[in-house]
Amino acid sequence: MQAMMNMVGQVGRNTLQAIAKLGDATIFGITTLRLFFARPWQGKHFVMQMYAVGVGSLIIIVITGAFTGMVLALQGYHMLVKVGTEALLGPWVALSLIRELGPVLAALMFVGRAGSSITAEIGIMRVTEQMDALEMMAVNPQSRVMLTRIIACAISLPLLVAIFDAVGLFAGYVIGVDMLGVNGGVYIGETIDKVALNDIQAGFTKSVYFGLLVGIICTYMGQRATATTEGVAKATTQAVMLCSVMVLILDYIITSFYL
Amino acid sequence: MIKTQALVRSFDGVKALDDVDLHIEKKKVTVIMGGSGSGKTTLLRLLAGLDKPTAGSIMFAGEDLAKVSRKRLYELRMRVGMVFQYSALLNSLDVYENVAFPLHEHTDLDESVIQTMVTMKLEQVGLRGFERMMPSQLSGGMAKRVAFARALVMDPQVVFFDEPTSGLDPISAGVVSSLIHETTAKTRMTSVVVTHDVQAGLDIADHVILLWQGKVIAEGNPESIKQSEDPRVQQFIKGEPNGPIPFSRSQTAYIDDLLHKPGCVRMS
Amino acid sequence: MSGYKKIEMVVGVFVLVGVISIAWLAMELGGVGGLSSNGYKLVAVFDDAGGVRKGSDVMLAGVPIGQVVSVTLKDNEEAEMVLNIKDGVLIASDATVSIRTKGLIGEKFVRVNQGSEEDYLAEGDEFEDTESAINIEDLISKYIFSGDAK
Repeated sequence: MQAMMNMVGQVGRNTLQAIAKLGDATIFGITTLRLFFARPWQGKHFVMQMYAVGVGSLIIIVITGAFTGMVLALQGYHMLVKVGTEALLGPWVALSLIRELGPVLAALMFVGRAGSSITAEIGIMRVTEQMDALEMMAVNPQSRVMLTRIIACAISLPLLVAIFDAVGLFAGYVIGVDMLGVNGGVYIGETIDKVALNDIQAGFTKSVYFGLLVGIICTYMGQRATATTEGVAKATTQAVMLCSVMVLILDYIITSFYL
Repeated sequence: MIKTQALVRSFDGVKALDDVDLHIEKKKVTVIMGGSGSGKTTLLRLLAGLDKPTAGSIMFAGEDLAKVSRKRLYELRMRVGMVFQYSALLNSLDVYENVAFPLHEHTDLDESVIQTMVTMKLEQVGLRGFERMMPSQLSGGMAKRVAFARALVMDPQVVFFDEPTSGLDPISAGVVSSLIHETTAKTRMTSVVVTHDVQAGLDIADHVILLWQGKVIAEGNPESIKQSEDPRVQQFIKGEPNGPIPFSRSQTAYIDDLLHKPGCVRMS
Repeated sequence: MSGYKKIEMVVGVFVLVGVISIAWLAMELGGVGGLSSNGYKLVAVFDDAGGVRKGSDVMLAGVPIGQVVSVTLKDNEEAEMVLNIKDGVLIASDATVSIRTKGLIGEKFVRVNQGSEEDYLAEGDEFEDTESAINIEDLISKYIFSGDAK
């Protein structure tokens, strides 16, 4: 009985703690984003972060994009050919990529590549007192370090998703038309016919929100990590897990708005 | 230069600093000493404005750091430098860019002027010619000297040092100590040093403040500290394991714990 | 600072490639600046709009000539449809419209059957005659019913 009560109490405490953290993270995100309008302007540092976060993720995005498009074409062909509708292979690949797999897979790869390094970097900067050093040199670490990374994420991810989609569509075309022998004209024609602007808009909207989400969670986890080496390691793992789960949850929510 | 009154800082209800009154004089080296957990790092962070006190005031050049706006605090920081325990060089920048960082951030000086200033500061700490090294390539002593150069580059009125000699070999420690002493004497700046290195602290100090459990237990010039009759001061200076500051931090009787006396078993 | 210039260049290329990808997706696949932006509107009233939605194609002789702008209920019994027709496409005033299906189970579209009159429909005009959607369920029940009658 006592053990039961303890367990219930523990669950309650954990829930309260999680809600408090959610609030803390939200306030952190808002106060940081508000610094966007504060002087001094961090233009040069945005560019540096775009390089680290966006260009740094480019290769992995191109590779995963290509293979996603290829496997979609392969799977889709064998499914569609059974009911004699392989003419719809183009739209199948394009809609899967643009609406769902592009934003979600790119975001997940982005979390692994850029998100984890953001959390780890910020955590290490805190352990080695670099945050305090910036503060002492009258540079606000929240705008210099946090804001630049969040904005870089929010701008980079939509661009990466567009590149992911484009590469995936091209790879899907190569597999579908050149390898599996679907008529090229039909493939492209059906694709253009079936994909609406609404689909592209949905995918694009998702990627902007995913970018903001990943940026805020990863900087937050780094900022609130216990300032020890184990603390940073733990925070990095948690940030990647939390981002991945949140991306999928947010994906469901946004999708339900756009259908 | 800096004055504190009835300064209290508590963490979760535990007072790390309790009713501290200090006066840090201009153009002198003030050394704050104390054992681990005595509150000296907390005190330094408060003096530097990195943390806000729970109660009391910190007057810096006539302004209360506990009350000034963030903007004003940043303006005041142009006149302050700090050398951190682990140097805290920005590891994405090389030595030159680290030392030049405050100048790049807060001045519109020509790059050639900045270069001259950085060269002068690096010469002062004996590291001219190391401009293109990255922080990860430097030894602890060299990193600390670069941090020193960076703290000096804006010609500050006050420089804070957090454990400047800890983790360094005796020669590097000696170099850093004499740098603090000489620079203070030559440039008329005020130095505040936090350390648990008794010998180095007493050597460079003009004024010593001894902290124990968040309270000032002794204050004065190094000679008077050495002559102090307070047994706690003597124990700290001589580094004796037992004395008024007990070796054992346990709260329960040893015999009770050994006998697993009911009600006395401590939870981990 | 030449290192920073290089970074600036690379980031610039990255942003450019990304923006081109977005623009390509939107223009090539999304049809931005395509059919919907210019043209003239015609009205058609059906007994049964049977599955035609906003955005469905309007075809003449199998060629897309426009899109459905809206489908609304008229007088609580009929479906009123607004069609956007590309400029330059002329439809005779006695033309009729019908609702057809692409393939057996494909999506519905509006088919325009060209008329023979010399004057043409203009902005806001209504089609004289419409033929409603062919409902497969109706067809099947009709077949069963006629089978019973024999």
